[in-house]
Amino acid sequence: MSMNAATLDHRSSFRSVRPGQVIAWTLLFLGGIVMITPILFMLSTSLKDASQVYDLRLVPESPTLDNYITVLSDGRFLRWFLNSLFVAVAVTLSNVFFDSLVGYTLAKFRFRGRYFIFIAILSTLMIPTEMLVIPWYLMASSFGWIDTYWGIMFPGMMTAFGTFLMKQFFETVPDEFLEAARVDGLNEFSIWWRVAMPLVTPALSALAIFTFLGNWTAFFWPLIVTNSRELYTLPVGLSSFAVEQAIQWEMIMTGASLATIPTLFVFLLLQRYIVRGVMLAGLKG
Amino acid sequence: MATIALDGVVKRYGKTTAVHGIDLNVADGEFVVLVGPSGCGKSTTLRMIAGLEDISGGTISIDGRIVNEAEPKDRNIAMVFQNYAIYPHMSVAQNIGFGLYTSKLSEPEKKKRIQETAGILGLENLLDRRPSQLSGGQRQRVAIGRAMVRDPAAFLFDEPLSNLDAQLRTQMRLEIKKLHQRLGTTIVFVTHDQVEAMTMADRIVVMRDGRILQVGTPIELYENPADVFTARFIGSPTMNLLPARLSEKEGQRVAALNGFNATAHLPGSQAIRSDGADVLVGVRPHDLHVGSADGANNFTLLGEVSVVEPLGSETLVHLDLGGTSVIASAPGKTVPKVGGRVTVHAQPGSLYLFDAKTERALCRM
Repeated sequence: MSMNAATLDHRSSFRSVRPGQVIAWTLLFLGGIVMITPILFMLSTSLKDASQVYDLRLVPESPTLDNYITVLSDGRFLRWFLNSLFVAVAVTLSNVFFDSLVGYTLAKFRFRGRYFIFIAILSTLMIPTEMLVIPWYLMASSFGWIDTYWGIMFPGMMTAFGTFLMKQFFETVPDEFLEAARVDGLNEFSIWWRVAMPLVTPALSALAIFTFLGNWTAFFWPLIVTNSRELYTLPVGLSSFAVEQAIQWEMIMTGASLATIPTLFVFLLLQRYIVRGVMLAGLKG
Repeated sequence: MATIALDGVVKRYGKTTAVHGIDLNVADGEFVVLVGPSGCGKSTTLRMIAGLEDISGGTISIDGRIVNEAEPKDRNIAMVFQNYAIYPHMSVAQNIGFGLYTSKLSEPEKKKRIQETAGILGLENLLDRRPSQLSGGQRQRVAIGRAMVRDPAAFLFDEPLSNLDAQLRTQMRLEIKKLHQRLGTTIVFVTHDQVEAMTMADRIVVMRDGRILQVGTPIELYENPADVFTARFIGSPTMNLLPARLSEKEGQRVAALNGFNATAHLPGSQAIRSDGADVLVGVRPHDLHVGSADGANNFTLLGEVSVVEPLGSETLVHLDLGGTSVIASAPGKTVPKVGGRVTVHAQPGSLYLFDAKTERALCRM
C-alpha cells in the first residue's frame, strides 16, 4: 500500500511540473554553467604550474599551491591589494555618505530648482564612462592629481546612481518620523543621521555593495591615471603580469582568485540586503 | 503648562487658502479638540502651532510669546502623530528617551525620567522591546511617552487614535483623558471623530473649509449648535433635518413640514423670519421617541419602519416618511416590526429651527 502511495505521489509531483518550469530551469542551469565555468577555470589554473596552463582539464593533474606562495610573497601584490582595498573602501564610504545626503535633501526638502537638480544628476547616467575619461584626465592633470590616490578616487566619490537610489528610498520614509525629531529638538543633520539613515539600511547596504564591487574591479580609469607601480590597484597590477616577458596566466589567475575573496566577503556579509535594495529601487523607480 | 493663542491665522498654499484667519484662545491646562471633516484645516492648524508649517498671516503665541518664526524645538511643545512616529530601529526606552536627546539632564536623570514615564504609561516591562514587538495600543503609549518625558508646556495630538481598533480607541481615549487630569498640561487634540471630541474635550472647536464654525463645551455644542453643519456633526446618530415652511396656524406661528401633515410650534415670543420662509426643523434621534404622547404642542410624525437597530440600552428605528428618512429611538426592549407603521413624537423644546438658506440656527422650539 505504502509503495503504491509513494508511486502515486511521485507521479503526481511529476505531473505538477509545467513545461514552462522545465524550460526556465534549463535556461537557468545553462546560465549557471556559463557563469561558473570561468571561475572554475580561474581556480583550476591557479593550482597549475606554468607547464600545465594550456592543459584545459578542469582538475589539475598535479595541483600545487606554489603560485599562491609566489604571489603572496611578492610585495607588489600585497601593495596592489591594499591600494584596491583603500580605494574601494574610501569611495564606498564617500558614496554612502554623500549620495545619501544629497538623496535625502532631494527627497525630503522642498526648494526651488529641486526637480531641475534631480534631472541634471540623473541625466549624467546617460553619459558613458568612456566619454568622461578625457575630461577627468584633463581635470586631474590641471589639479596635479595624476598618479595619486585622490586621482584614482575622485570621479567616483559621488555617483548619480547612488543619489538616485537613495532618493527613492528616502521617499519611503514617512515625514512624520522626521517631524517628530524636529519637534524633539534635533537639528537637520542629526535628523538625517540618527533617524533617516537607520531607516534605509537596505538601500545603504545595496549601495555599499555596488560601489565596493565597482571600485574593487575598476580597471580602465586606474590604468589611465596611475603611472607608478606603487599606486596600481589590483586589476591594473594583475594585468601587468601579462605584459612582462610573457603572459603568466597562472599568476594572473592566482591573483584574480585572491582578489575575489574581499568581494565574496562583502557579498556574503550584505547579501540579504542586496536583493531587497535592488527590488525596492526598481519598484520606486 | 501654557496658553496658546491664534490671532487671525491664515495658511495659503499658492493660490489655495487652507485656513482663513482663525482666532482661538486655549487656556492654561485646557483640553481643546479641533474637530471637522477631512480637509477642514484642523491638522494644518495644529502643524502651524507646532511650527511644522509656516503661517501665511496672523500670529501664534505660546504663553504670551509670539512664535511665528520660532523653530518647533524652541516652542516647548510635544507632538504625537497619527502613525505614532516611533522609530523602528530603537527600543522602547530609546524611543522614550529620544525626547530628551537635546536635554541637558545627566544620564542618570534621563534614565530616571524614562523609568517614571514608562511607569505612568504601564510600559516598565517593555522597555527593551522594539516597536515591532508591541501592540497598537502599546506603540501609541510609547509615542505619548516620548512626548511626556520632556515635560512640555503643551501637547499636540494629531489624530493619534485613528489607527486603533474600536475597543482600543475607547481605552486609549480614557487613558489620555486620565493623563490630562493627572498632568494638567494644555492639550490641543485633532480628530475627525465627534465621539472622541465629545468625550475628551473641555472645549470643542468645530472647523469646516478652513474656518472655525463654533467653539464651546461638548454640551453647549450638542444643545445649541450654531448651524446645520455643527448640528449634524456633533451627536450620534446624526440629527434629523426636515424641510419646512413658516406659517400661521390657529393663531400660532408654526413650521409646517413640506409634504407631511406635521407642524412644529414656534415659541410665541420668537420673532424670526416672515411667514413663507424656508426653514429646516431639526430633531435629535434621542429626542424623537417611538409612540404617541398627549400634549397639545407635541411634534408628531407617522412613518413606516425601514430598519431597526437594537443596541441593547435602546433601539434605533429608521422611519421612511414617504421618501424622507428619520431616525427615532425606542426603549431597548422595544423592537418594532420592519414594514409596520409607527408614530414618533418629540417634546416641545427638543426641536431646532435652522434657516434653510444660510443654515444658521434660528431658535430652539
